Amino acid sequence: MRVTAAPRRVRGLSDRAIAWLFISPTIALLLAINIFPLLWTVWLSFTNYRANRPSAPVHNVGFDNYTAVLSDPDVWGSMQATAHFLFWTLSLQVILGFTLAYLIDRRFRGHGLWTTIILIPMMLSPAVVGNFWTFLYQPQIGLWNYGAEFVSGVPASSFTMIGSVKLAPWAIIIVDTWMWTPYVALICLAGLRSIPSYIYEAAEVDRASKWRQLWTITIPMTMPFVMLAVLFRAIENFKMYDMVNLLTNGGPGSATELASITLKREAFEKWRTGYASAFAVILFVTVFGLANIYVKALNRVKTR
Amino acid sequence: MTPQHAHSVVEPSRRSKRIAAGFVIPYAVVSMLPLIWILLTAFKSPPDSIAYPPKLVFKPSLIGFCNLFHAQSRQTADYLAAMPAPDGVCDAIARERSMVIVGPSNFVPRFLNSVMIAFGSTLLSLVLGVTAAYAFSRFRVRGKDDLLFFILSTRMMPPIAVAIPIYLMYRELGLSDTRLGMVLLYTSVNASLAVWLLKGFIDEIPREYEEAALVDGYTRLQAFRKVVLPQATTGIVATAIFCLIFAWNEYAFAVLLTSGRAQTAPPFIPIIIGEGGQDWPAVAAGTTLFLLPILAFTVALRRHLLRGITFGAVRK
Repeated sequence: MRVTAAPRRVRGLSDRAIAWLFISPTIALLLAINIFPLLWTVWLSFTNYRANRPSAPVHNVGFDNYTAVLSDPDVWGSMQATAHFLFWTLSLQVILGFTLAYLIDRRFRGHGLWTTIILIPMMLSPAVVGNFWTFLYQPQIGLWNYGAEFVSGVPASSFTMIGSVKLAPWAIIIVDTWMWTPYVALICLAGLRSIPSYIYEAAEVDRASKWRQLWTITIPMTMPFVMLAVLFRAIENFKMYDMVNLLTNGGPGSATELASITLKREAFEKWRTGYASAFAVILFVTVFGLANIYVKALNRVKTR
Repeated sequence: MTPQHAHSVVEPSRRSKRIAAGFVIPYAVVSMLPLIWILLTAFKSPPDSIAYPPKLVFKPSLIGFCNLFHAQSRQTADYLAAMPAPDGVCDAIARERSMVIVGPSNFVPRFLNSVMIAFGSTLLSLVLGVTAAYAFSRFRVRGKDDLLFFILSTRMMPPIAVAIPIYLMYRELGLSDTRLGMVLLYTSVNASLAVWLLKGFIDEIPREYEEAALVDGYTRLQAFRKVVLPQATTGIVATAIFCLIFAWNEYAFAVLLTSGRAQTAPPFIPIIIGEGGQDWPAVAAGTTLFLLPILAFTVALRRHLLRGITFGAVRK
């Protein structure tokens, strides 16, 4: 250690230099691996480029890819499937997650241990989860069908979760809900614990019923947390690829073909790179735009 | 303390606690069933794994693990008769099914790829994350909020959308199917998480500590290294585990950008197939081994889980 206290600016780097030195590597990496590819995608979206024919002549096709994407019934089909998936996963996860959090917050004996157990599914690899659920969903031998027979009496071999156009969308919703309800519950729990107890004490003094306390204190005060959880889940599920790809691969037919699955088919199976890039840009603009609007709404709820 | 003092008016009644436990515990048990089932399947023989009704009681077998670790081939009875006595448990199991072990399977290399890529990218994300987070936390940086939002927004892109140009770029640079390529890619994805989380942790360290060190004659860099870093250890460890989990679990980039040398476990486990369809005990064995580290991490992370999953937006 040095004993003499020399003026700071003389020894060592200046604060500005350190700030620059500390931030630029991260920004450089993100520019190289996120922003440059994104710009490249934008450029490709205006061309007829095909990644499996790198030497074919590339020319500018203007907005042709965009009009083709927006008038493609398959794309609209996948957007519809995505909307269905988003609506049900978010609704189920919010209802179940909030209920779970509310119950955990009763602080019964051993609630810490049980909470940790409940959280496990959300830490697992979605791809590996999707893969082993194909096993659980096997007609007859699968645990799910067997459980359904046990509970409802419907014979286990009479239905197949991932082979039927009607049930497959629910098969992916069930797995997603199994996996991510804990996530919503954990965030809701933080919300519940952020409510100061004097508010409940005041409500007790005023003889407000428990039911009324739930609707006038608990739910409004956890709302910003619920909305934050919905934001994160919505962004993740809008991008959903891995779990669904392994569980149903978009099938049967296109019953579970979510946006990312269509994107993968166009980009890496049909190799229509330009077309897929236009679709990717549209998806990104949609997520980004919706997320921004949503964050504004969230901030309004927070400040209220 | 007497009971009257221990319970405020808002303390849930004993009855409501019992009701809550009556719902939460069964939920936890039911949500664990799929995992317990996979664990059991890992120790079943192939016929037991597809038995109807599903078997809860069965004779444990190591065949799933043997098939996971060894490549085998079917041989004629004459050939088997001419072989020397089986060497080891797996060899004996294989012989019973008239198979011969021909060598190790790809599982161990894929698993090691996962380990190396996860640790490599975590280390790099931490170095980038802790320095950037320190700068964002302590210095006035022009356009700080925009930069931070930019860092976060890189997370909103669907991986498949970025995968197209990355695929092309890696093909040009010779990074396709290399561990280095995957490390860089996962680092770029994890950097945003690391910066956001670590900024939250560093914000919580009082500035007075560093200022005292600066007065004592430390340079900024020394203060950062000797005062801030040790204080931020918990945060760094928590962030590291989150980065590890992401890289460990990632599938979309891995399946599109790797095929052999650099392939990680998530794209490999689903394609483990035995004779005549998927070899469920082997898949379950691979899945079990793959998920075990995550279970340990989840327990270790309990206290910081919330922060990690919300990018530091919720801190409890």
